[in-house]
Amino acid sequence: MSTSVVKDVIELFNPEVRAEIDRWIAKYPPEWKQSAVMAALRIVQDDNGGWLTTDLMNDVAAYLEMPAIAVYEVATFYSMYELKPVGKHKVCVCTNVSCMINNADTIVEHLEKRLGITFGEVTEDGRFSLKEVECLGACGGAPMMQIGKQYYENLTPEIVDAILEGLE
Amino acid sequence: MANEVCLRTLDLERPWLLEQYQSRGGYEMLKKVLTEKTPPDEIIEEVKKSGLRGRGGAGFPTGLKWSFISRNAPGQKFVVCNSDEGEPGTFKDRDIIRYNPHQLIEGMILAGYAIGATRGYNYIRGEFWEPYERFEHALEEAREAGYLGENLLGSGFDFELHSHLGAGAYICGEETALLESIEGKKGQPRYKPPFPAHFGLYGCPTIINNTESLASIPMILEKGGEWFSDIGVKNSGGSKLFSISGNINNPGVFEIPMGTPFSKLLEMAGGMKDGRKIKAVIPGGSSAPVIPGDQMMELTMDYDAIAGAGSMLGSGAVVVLDDTNCMVKVLDRMSYFYHEESCGQCTPCREGTGWLYRVVHRIETGQGRQEDLDLLDDVAGKISGKTICALGDAAAMPVQGMLRHFRDEFQYHIDHKRCMVGAG
Repeated sequence: MSTSVVKDVIELFNPEVRAEIDRWIAKYPPEWKQSAVMAALRIVQDDNGGWLTTDLMNDVAAYLEMPAIAVYEVATFYSMYELKPVGKHKVCVCTNVSCMINNADTIVEHLEKRLGITFGEVTEDGRFSLKEVECLGACGGAPMMQIGKQYYENLTPEIVDAILEGLE
Repeated sequence: MANEVCLRTLDLERPWLLEQYQSRGGYEMLKKVLTEKTPPDEIIEEVKKSGLRGRGGAGFPTGLKWSFISRNAPGQKFVVCNSDEGEPGTFKDRDIIRYNPHQLIEGMILAGYAIGATRGYNYIRGEFWEPYERFEHALEEAREAGYLGENLLGSGFDFELHSHLGAGAYICGEETALLESIEGKKGQPRYKPPFPAHFGLYGCPTIINNTESLASIPMILEKGGEWFSDIGVKNSGGSKLFSISGNINNPGVFEIPMGTPFSKLLEMAGGMKDGRKIKAVIPGGSSAPVIPGDQMMELTMDYDAIAGAGSMLGSGAVVVLDDTNCMVKVLDRMSYFYHEESCGQCTPCREGTGWLYRVVHRIETGQGRQEDLDLLDDVAGKISGKTICALGDAAAMPVQGMLRHFRDEFQYHIDHKRCMVGAG
């Protein structure tokens, strides 16, 4: 019985994903595998085109020996986890005060018009999705946005065009 | 005098590299402490003498916080750095991690030595990928150089340090929510007491300090607590990183002495954009009550001066608003933020932030009712001081500040169903 559980757990993720999760598990005390849940969710989300399925969350739970519900709690609490498909490029635009008073609305309107979608939507070809986010701590470069792991600051509609055209 | 503490290596090329940090005497303090086996109490005394107060926003004296740990208690203890920079308007810790990560690492090791902790975590907000990679690289360099790991430089002292990445939640900047988050849970604040010094990460004694606080430690120990204290003014020791943004020409991070006149800071930040008139300033992150521009121009940037004006220095995030801004719209956006970020644990905050947002929003959109301003006062008052953590107060304070200074603007919105800014 226990052998089969171990085997199952090892088969949960591909070797790269597993190695990356294991690297995070090693940062915490051995009895606190759960501490790696945030990293594990991010890693499997990235590996799955940017969003989490219930199956993936269950796999993370099994791998970290956590109740599935505890993983769902984390996945639904933090804003960077996505529970439905997103675009290949997730465009996150800050609209908080410093960005707002530096014309973030112009950036949002421009993106909506160019991509033909609004916040929470994905383009038909699946390349882009738009998301409104709270302050990302780059107010000196307002207005700003994040695409993937990259920050883009001091935006104008022209700069936004250049950035989007430069993406694969 | 600027860039003397956390940003002192900023003029170097690629200042985040170990060799660059060492070219300015980096890790010398750690070597000295480890070689001379400096008594930990002396270190804590020096930090107390420096007048350093928590740079994350609460302003609690750092040395005093450290002294709450019983160093000789058995078992593991932890040093945790709060780099979950999320208070709207704040962007200083990002620069410390990007440009001077080694000074933060050295500060964390010294903090560990002072409180008897052998493990540390730096909680970096999930969106900060570039700072995270810089920090990871710095950790590798420090490990290779023997500054992290077992038996540091043959001293018998062990210290291991890792980063932990957040995933988007303002509340995790609250220290006990942050601990919950490292434990792999929702970031919901804990009841206090017990305080983290007694029951912190994994139930062990823990100190949590802001990035800027910890990165200040090596210089405080090198040059002395008195040196640091003397940079600033009474009750506000040292220099401070101010993140200044808004309708100004040259927004950015400036490390300047506490007590510097706001007018000087504004000048450093290039003054008002397009020569507009300054209308108001949010002096310490969006939870700090707003201060009218004229009044702000007379104030100095330190804890007492800003508190004396009915606001707070907070994280040193200064948002400057010019006279084209509608204060109802500004508050509408801020109230939405606190409603969005309330963790939902306490009723006054979970429900109250929703009330604040909905009422401000209906005023902004021309649906305001005559009784709404009293209602806002009432709701804000019923949140303040009645929640487990300070997020409730953080949501109430900007509402109270706006109504105190710009009530007429809100009243105009209700009476005329439109904005008085630009109404002529």
